Amino acid sequence: MTQGLKNQQRLSPFSCLGIGVLLLLACLFASLAYGAKNIPLSNIFTAFTTFDDSYDHLIILTMRLPRSLIAIMVGASLAVAGGLMQGLTRNPLASPGILGINAGAALAVVIVVFGLNSSSLPLHALVAFVGAAIAAATVYLLGSRSAGGPTPLNLTIAGAAVSAMLASLTTGTMIVSQRTLEEVRFWLAGSLAGRDINLFLTVLPFMVVGLVSAFALGQQINTLSLGEDVAVGLGQKTGFVKIATALTVVILAGSSVALAGPIGFIGLMIPHVTRFIVGLDYRWVLPISAVLGATLLLLADLASRWILRPQELPVGIMTALLGGPFFLYLIRWRIKR
Amino acid sequence: MKSWQYLQFWQLPLSWRKPHGRLSQVMLFLTLLTLVVTIAALTYGDYPVSWLDVVKSLLMLPTVDPESPWVVHTLRLPRVLLGWLVGIALGVSGTILQGLTRNSLADPGIVGVNAGAGLAAVSLIILFPNAQLALPLAAFGGGLGVAVLLYLLAGTQGNSPLRLILTGVALSAITSAFTTLLLTFGRINQVTQALVWLVGSVSGKSWEHVWPLLPWIVVLIPLAMLRSRSLNALQLGSDVARGLGSRVERERSGLLLMSVALASAAVATAGTIGFVGLISPHVGRRLVSSDHESLIPVAALIGGLLVICSDLIGRSVFSPTEIPCGIMTAVLGAPYFLFLLHWSQKK
Amino acid sequence: MSPLMKRPNALVTRHLSLGYEGKPVITHLDLGIPAERITALVGPNGCGKSTLLRGLGRLLKPTAGTVYLDGAAIAQLSTGAIAKLLGILPQSPVAPEGLTVRDLVAMGRYPYQRWWQQWSNQDERMTQGALLMTRLQKLAERPVDTLSGGQRQRAWIAMILAQDTQILLLDEPTTFLDLAHQVEVLELLWELNRDQGRTVVMVLHDLNQACRYADHIVMLREGVVFAQGEPTEVMTEEIVQQVFDLECRIVADPVAGTPMCIPLSFHARRVRTE
Repeated sequence: MTQGLKNQQRLSPFSCLGIGVLLLLACLFASLAYGAKNIPLSNIFTAFTTFDDSYDHLIILTMRLPRSLIAIMVGASLAVAGGLMQGLTRNPLASPGILGINAGAALAVVIVVFGLNSSSLPLHALVAFVGAAIAAATVYLLGSRSAGGPTPLNLTIAGAAVSAMLASLTTGTMIVSQRTLEEVRFWLAGSLAGRDINLFLTVLPFMVVGLVSAFALGQQINTLSLGEDVAVGLGQKTGFVKIATALTVVILAGSSVALAGPIGFIGLMIPHVTRFIVGLDYRWVLPISAVLGATLLLLADLASRWILRPQELPVGIMTALLGGPFFLYLIRWRIKR
Repeated sequence: MKSWQYLQFWQLPLSWRKPHGRLSQVMLFLTLLTLVVTIAALTYGDYPVSWLDVVKSLLMLPTVDPESPWVVHTLRLPRVLLGWLVGIALGVSGTILQGLTRNSLADPGIVGVNAGAGLAAVSLIILFPNAQLALPLAAFGGGLGVAVLLYLLAGTQGNSPLRLILTGVALSAITSAFTTLLLTFGRINQVTQALVWLVGSVSGKSWEHVWPLLPWIVVLIPLAMLRSRSLNALQLGSDVARGLGSRVERERSGLLLMSVALASAAVATAGTIGFVGLISPHVGRRLVSSDHESLIPVAALIGGLLVICSDLIGRSVFSPTEIPCGIMTAVLGAPYFLFLLHWSQKK
Repeated sequence: MSPLMKRPNALVTRHLSLGYEGKPVITHLDLGIPAERITALVGPNGCGKSTLLRGLGRLLKPTAGTVYLDGAAIAQLSTGAIAKLLGILPQSPVAPEGLTVRDLVAMGRYPYQRWWQQWSNQDERMTQGALLMTRLQKLAERPVDTLSGGQRQRAWIAMILAQDTQILLLDEPTTFLDLAHQVEVLELLWELNRDQGRTVVMVLHDLNQACRYADHIVMLREGVVFAQGEPTEVMTEEIVQQVFDLECRIVADPVAGTPMCIPLSFHARRVRTE
């Protein structure tokens, strides 16, 4: 569907990965260096080697480094989750948002804030994860019960319907209770600000497991993309693969939402870019998407901290503003058919 | 056997095909249902009015309670009528769009009307709270603007509904980002107001809201019905349609414009009420055929019915709190849509 | 020169070039389609026969050159006017869910209708006639998507018939049909040509069917007309070898007497007598 680079123009996947990692490291340094206060590179190095309690070092180690690490993991997770979904459903529109994950997480958090009047972030994170999982399960079940099983069309329809309903309930609750609205709206826009490092460390193992599982599923996705019948004919256990993929998506996207709120667009767009550069082999598309997703989120977070400094914009807005026009360019000039 | 009626006025050859047999029954049933719900909606409220008085007020007859005519005519009727008009506009808009894209998932939202109108309206509410009067105009402009942008970016490349949808998704995401920005940083009262607008509501609407909407409905819906045959031809695929002599590109652009204009007018009046444009054609197809000559009027009536029912339920079930009808359409619409999907697929 | 070429031509191309997105498929083609005859476009995959048919039927705009319909350039004619002269059935058309056969056939009257004139005696007669000609009266109220492949194809042909055009263009009308239905469709087209004098142009994969039913065969290879003429002129072992890269033996069809191509192969069972 996407034209992609011609085979001669394509670099080998190894080079792409290498370049991606270098780019990521560069962005990491930039993220540590720039912000409300610009810190020179030399100070960054000394923060790790000869730590003294200087202001700069504190900013780096207690604020920017954790935040950057969170951005990297969340960006990678979301991108990989989107890639898995697009590969599994063979639907270029698939993204974690489609499975109702964002809508479910949002509603769960809003209910908890409204009903229990709680402000504890770890609770929000847990509830967000649970809400995301329930919504995803509902969408998958509903999509599967339609004739033809969990086809891309059925899943998209089910996902759209469930998301719309959940979003309406969320908005309804916020209309009824202004207090809830006030508490929740910044989180709802997706933000990396003030995320507790302990929360991150709690969620990290899940993300790592999810990423490893996703990379392992790469070849299975390749086979599945040939079509259900062909895959079965080649001896693949398609049911198992589908369930494993769905679980991985929920773990990755659910953890991301729990940690940073609903950040859209990365899951939708990064896989397209990756496929454009590297082709359709998911053994490479998934890792490179992880790297690119991490890079995008780092850049978006940097932009959100820097543009209106010292005021911060929610990062979810930046991803749309940065990613959107680029995506439009891709669609306009690169998608055939 | 399809029969035809041939009318002759002053030697002019005019003829109309009698549509499918069920059309008249379905239209009658829907009209009666609409009347019943309308009367129910007019009786219900803070000031109860008996249904007899409602009927008498509507017929301009003297009523038992002297306050009734005022309550009915000034407070409630415009709201119900507006809801109905918005519903029929969205229903027809959705039908045209689903016919154009040959995709029964299409909804006026995917062409960016909701996102654009939402951004314009929210900007106005939050940034220029004193200019509320310009709200419908701004919303209309926003909806039309994004749709035009979408068409320029994606619509000229011929037969690619996928590209259209993807571009719509991208544009919606960008527009929503700006909207979210405003919602995140705006003053809390205005944000609540903006959310109510976004979710869609006919609360507090009066006759002055009805008049601007009326011309759009009166002009565009008959126009859409005139293009039914062309929509039918497009359903066969652009190759076959072109082979039959249809000017496919021109028809598509014209129909898209009609759909967007209707949706923009509806959204400008009552906010982004969801699901109506999606569900009305679906239900319509179950009741009559996919022939657009029958489908468009039926989908219109279904849309109108959906909105006034949602409004009534939103007003009554959780009273004294009023739930905006946009929330009710989603809460009613989503499960019904899923049920429809599940039930219809079990062939 | 074949006596056919001296007949007036229904469709003529002059220096016609057709292509998709910058990739040329047909370049500078000069071709005449004889009127009131059945013409078959044959050739290997990718030779451009479907592209040519679409260009003839104005579904594809030429990158260069002109197509003439009854002497007039089709680019100058309005698409509605062309629709009354030329009917085209594309490959694998899809009918919307639930559309009945009668409704599909009635759509063929589209070019003759206006919003103030939606139906007439003529429309009624043509629709009925089309259903009769394709023997679909009993199936008229059934949805098209519930019919078998052969019946469905007949329904689409009925729609083109209702369009009441002098020229019929069909893109692979027999592909995906079983043998009995293939023959059924071809026999119908034969009748339409012999009984009503309609010009038929069809893209066919099966060479033997083309020989049996077509009066005029156009062999395309890589966007160029390699050979054209009556089946006996065109179906020779050398030409088939050059166009299709296939060794074969040409014999006379034992039923119709037209040329029949028997592929030679190394691995299939051979007749042991010779």
